[in-house]
Amino acid sequence: MALSVEGVSVRYGSFEAVREVDLDIADGEVLALLGPSGSGKSTLLRAIAGLEPVTGGSVRWDGDDLARVPVHRREFGLVFQDGQLFPHRDVRGNIAFGLRMHRVPKDEQARRVGALLDLVGLTGYAGRRITELSGGEAQRVALARALAPKPRLLLLDEPLSSLDASLREQLAVDLAELLRGAKITTLVVTHDQEEAFTLADRVAVLERGEVRQAGAVPSVWRGPADDTVAAFLGVTTFLDAQAADGVARSALGPVDVPEARDGAVRLGLRPTALRVAPDGVAGEVVSRVHRREHLRLVVRVPALQSTVDTVDAVAPVSADLRAGDPVHLVLDPDGVAIVG
Amino acid sequence: MGVKRLATALGAIGVLLAGCSLGDEQGAPKGPAVVTLATHDSWAVPQDVLDAFERQSGIRIQPIKQGDAGALTNKLVLTKASPVADAAYGVDSTFASRALAEGVFATYTSPETDRGPQRYAIDPEHRLSAVDVGDVCVNVDTGYFASKNLPVPSTLDDLADPKYRDLLVLENPATSSPGLAFLLSTVSKYGETGWQDYWKRLKANGMKPVSGWEEAYTQDFSGSSGKGPRPIVVSYASSPAAEVGNDGKPRTKALLDTCYRQVEYAGVLTNAKQPEKAQKVVDFLLSQQFQATVAANMYVYPARQGVDLPAGWAETAPLPSKPASLPGDQVQAGRERWIGQWRSLIES
Amino acid sequence: MALAHRVLTRRGTGLALLAVLPIGFLAVLFAWPVAAIVGRGFSGGGVATALAGGETWRLAAFTVAQAAASTLLAVLAGLPVAFLLARVRLPGVALVRTLVLIPFVLPTVVVGLAFRALWPDGGVVPIVLANAFFNVAVVARTVAGLWTHLDSRAEAAARALGASRSRAFREVTLPALAPAIGSAAAVVFLFCATSFGVVLILGGARFRTLETEIYLRTVDLLDLSGAAALSLVQLAAVVAALVAGAVARRRRETALRLRARAETARRPEGREWWVVAAGLGVVALTLTPIVALLVKSVSTPDGWSLDGYRALSGHGSSGTLAVSGWDAAIRSLRTATDATLLAMVIGVLASVLLVSLRRSPGRLARGAGEVMDAALMLPLGVSAVTVGFGYLVTLDALPGDLRTSPLLVPLAQALVIIPLVIRMVLPVLRSVDERLRQAASTLGASPARVWREIDVPLTVRAVVAAAGFGYVVALGEFGATSFLARPTSPTLPVAISSLISRPGELNNQLAYAACALLMLVTVAVVAAIDRLGTGTVGEF
Repeated sequence: MALSVEGVSVRYGSFEAVREVDLDIADGEVLALLGPSGSGKSTLLRAIAGLEPVTGGSVRWDGDDLARVPVHRREFGLVFQDGQLFPHRDVRGNIAFGLRMHRVPKDEQARRVGALLDLVGLTGYAGRRITELSGGEAQRVALARALAPKPRLLLLDEPLSSLDASLREQLAVDLAELLRGAKITTLVVTHDQEEAFTLADRVAVLERGEVRQAGAVPSVWRGPADDTVAAFLGVTTFLDAQAADGVARSALGPVDVPEARDGAVRLGLRPTALRVAPDGVAGEVVSRVHRREHLRLVVRVPALQSTVDTVDAVAPVSADLRAGDPVHLVLDPDGVAIVG
Repeated sequence: MGVKRLATALGAIGVLLAGCSLGDEQGAPKGPAVVTLATHDSWAVPQDVLDAFERQSGIRIQPIKQGDAGALTNKLVLTKASPVADAAYGVDSTFASRALAEGVFATYTSPETDRGPQRYAIDPEHRLSAVDVGDVCVNVDTGYFASKNLPVPSTLDDLADPKYRDLLVLENPATSSPGLAFLLSTVSKYGETGWQDYWKRLKANGMKPVSGWEEAYTQDFSGSSGKGPRPIVVSYASSPAAEVGNDGKPRTKALLDTCYRQVEYAGVLTNAKQPEKAQKVVDFLLSQQFQATVAANMYVYPARQGVDLPAGWAETAPLPSKPASLPGDQVQAGRERWIGQWRSLIES
Repeated sequence: MALAHRVLTRRGTGLALLAVLPIGFLAVLFAWPVAAIVGRGFSGGGVATALAGGETWRLAAFTVAQAAASTLLAVLAGLPVAFLLARVRLPGVALVRTLVLIPFVLPTVVVGLAFRALWPDGGVVPIVLANAFFNVAVVARTVAGLWTHLDSRAEAAARALGASRSRAFREVTLPALAPAIGSAAAVVFLFCATSFGVVLILGGARFRTLETEIYLRTVDLLDLSGAAALSLVQLAAVVAALVAGAVARRRRETALRLRARAETARRPEGREWWVVAAGLGVVALTLTPIVALLVKSVSTPDGWSLDGYRALSGHGSSGTLAVSGWDAAIRSLRTATDATLLAMVIGVLASVLLVSLRRSPGRLARGAGEVMDAALMLPLGVSAVTVGFGYLVTLDALPGDLRTSPLLVPLAQALVIIPLVIRMVLPVLRSVDERLRQAASTLGASPARVWREIDVPLTVRAVVAAAGFGYVVALGEFGATSFLARPTSPTLPVAISSLISRPGELNNQLAYAACALLMLVTVAVVAAIDRLGTGTVGEF
């Protein structure tokens, strides 16, 4: 393991922001630390960077304890949510900063700055002033700056959340390609599941300072450890079902769940788990909202017979549905997770 | 910051450092012994006279100004255990009793004392030697009275005369030494019981109290360069000597019947580090050479007999012959009380 | 745990080393003398009686009231000037930046007399006006310093949300400027609360403040008990004001998004012209007494004359001065240079210390920082007389009897400048975003390198501005200087006041000519320092 975090705690007075966390990141792997705001994920990232004193446990790199290694000797690159570019230096000066700190020769510096700008898609921006950059450009420069000294670990703290939605998506894809292409060992902190799944090979879900679940992206997505994790990963409805031969049967009908063991299972349904179909479980539309790729519905399903008798469902954008309209719903395996 | 700006900055710092005066005067010449003389703010002596004394005695006088006579005295009292100087000059008759009572000065009878200063002797133990006398008198702008066809006032009582309503400006005795001297002159003239009545009359007659001599003389007084509105001011007997027109005639005049005499003394400080040399400095202050400069430079009259006043002073600023004065003990006992009473009288 | 402890200890040692000079300086040249002289008052007894007297509290009330009124006026008058300096790109703004500082160096006696010429009977109004006159520059330059770098986009955003220009100013810009306004107001309040010459001259025999009364009790009456009582009240009032200011600052002083001036200054538009006009009006008003003074320097009863200026090479009529006007000017420059260098070293060290304490994780350290922050301001709020008399009874204990040493003048001046330096440097230093520094650390910059690469470049302008301001204060400093300067080497303000306390026309003209010289020197120095500080784009 390149980075191993063992039983790390961070305490502010009596408040324990991070509680005995264990994490590993393999060489070249991208790990996303996913959690709601206030879950301690940024604190953990800062503790790994050396910016926050650790009150218990250890942070190791290739087995060496980093406790005595100050921030500037850890060789971990860090990108903040809002870039934090140096306002008194231009783009070149920002990117070359780490190179200067590491006494890289001048001509080598210039070469690296050019290469990094190419890498982040800002060729020719070297002489720009920081204040002339858009938000997305500033984040790209921040990334280039962090990458310049060739850090052994890249730490990204909500790198995209200050950007607007469309830019965020685009940049997430670019960033994912870049990280995979260059095989950069990365820890990215985010509260956005899509961002986490786009960027990372593995995710760790953090809640109230503790790691609730860690694992490869598909396994966590399909099998959240408990209701809280599931809810955080977009599950809006929980449903008890009986699985047999890879099919789970419930009040809402059958659905393929090849990984489920036979017996009682708890299904977690994301909104996309229920689709409007010609036949299926009957219901009545309560409200609807237009989303980009589909129509998002809230549907009352009498067959559910529980305290909550409404579910989220989706329909094609073309479907002209209004409140009160009768609909039929079928389960889509893509939106279904097995909880627990 | 570019290299060029950095260079500019460094250059500027270099220039500043070159202008630095720390360490200045540390390589003081080994030659003359330096005797420190605590003095009042009016200290002004021609450099050639001081140089001559240095050549003759091997003593360089380092004056340090300590405020007016009152401030000087009080600082000497405060530092008597570890004085800032060897000798002091400028404690006047108003404050001398405090200095003597506190034991600030050491006994020393200068051989020069019998050349006139003994007239003003204040202390049987010979701790203070009179250097000069300065009289605080009411000054008037003679031109004003001529143009208004008013007789020039001459006595303190005249100032309370409705004829001279709203014409007088004077200084607060709490913040100004001529102001205090004038208050003492009214105490001297009207006595402990009567002076407050006199001041009530002055107040009713529109006198204007201001905090310092500068405001009274240079701004409110009509006879000075400030060309103020009031033709009567409390100043010094010597002030008219500085207000001589191009025709050689004085524009102002001191009322010699309103004067209060302040004698300024010098002495060797108790606990002085160089008492013998300090005695030489006191001798110098009483000497013909120094005494000859005091009138022209500090607007006071020499205590030594037979010292000529500057040309013209006989006409413009003669020494008052019958000035008022109060015994030092009485001043010492009453000063703060009178000032307090004066303030409540004015503020009421 | 043990390791974290060791790291903190090392950090603590560094901070302690940093603290030695500022705290030592303050202790020896301020705390000790003041404690000694106040202690003497206590040993004399009667302090309690004086404190119980209604007179004392009346004085305190008037002092605080006039200082508050003066501060308010200075802030109101200073803001439009600050706008002019920070946001307006018009020819002549650089000149205004320099000119507003002139009042600061003028000897109080000269300004007092100038205001007295307009209000011959003195009173509260001229006292407040004159105090404000002296201090408009403090507000204008301190606030402009921050305003220049404030991101104007926030204001634009508010405007886009439908706020009127004035509303956007009130709700967006003003809160962002609050730390600078608070800082300036605290300094101005202290200056006004301890203003001496102005109150003495314009208060006549009627209006008194704690400061004038302390002076009177100490210097003239040697009533040390009464003075000690008043000093305690003054100290209490000043501490109260400082605490109020610190509370306000703590709430507001956040990491601001700072920008370069080039982006924020532009030609005014629409109603902004009114603000520009108001700023220019204030500048014109502050220049009026100065012009009057220049006129005086060339007028004689017989018409215009340059005699006063010619006399600058002499010693005044009948040798009032021990040196020529030119010598006094050079002495002023040298003393001010020493004082400024000293104050910059100590002030910047103290600022670094304060900001480090604030950044440190321990609550104790932060508390110590707050206390020290307030303590470093105290020299502005304690009577110069108390400090001066304190020197008389303490400094002889040091080797070389500092009391009569010429070194004491720059030391005493530095004591006054240090708080100003801190107030100008600290807010900017504090506004440096901690994450910028952390970004630099992760890129491989050691803690010392972080200071060099991040804090220093971002605050260098403020440091230069503080140096300029400190220099000007030292040039104009009169209270401590007159108390300590040797007559054989007076500074210009001291020379001017001894000239003005003599009869005779030439002395008067010479005094005003010397004022003109002082102003000229000031303008030259300020222009030079401003030039050093501003310069091209791309920096702060």
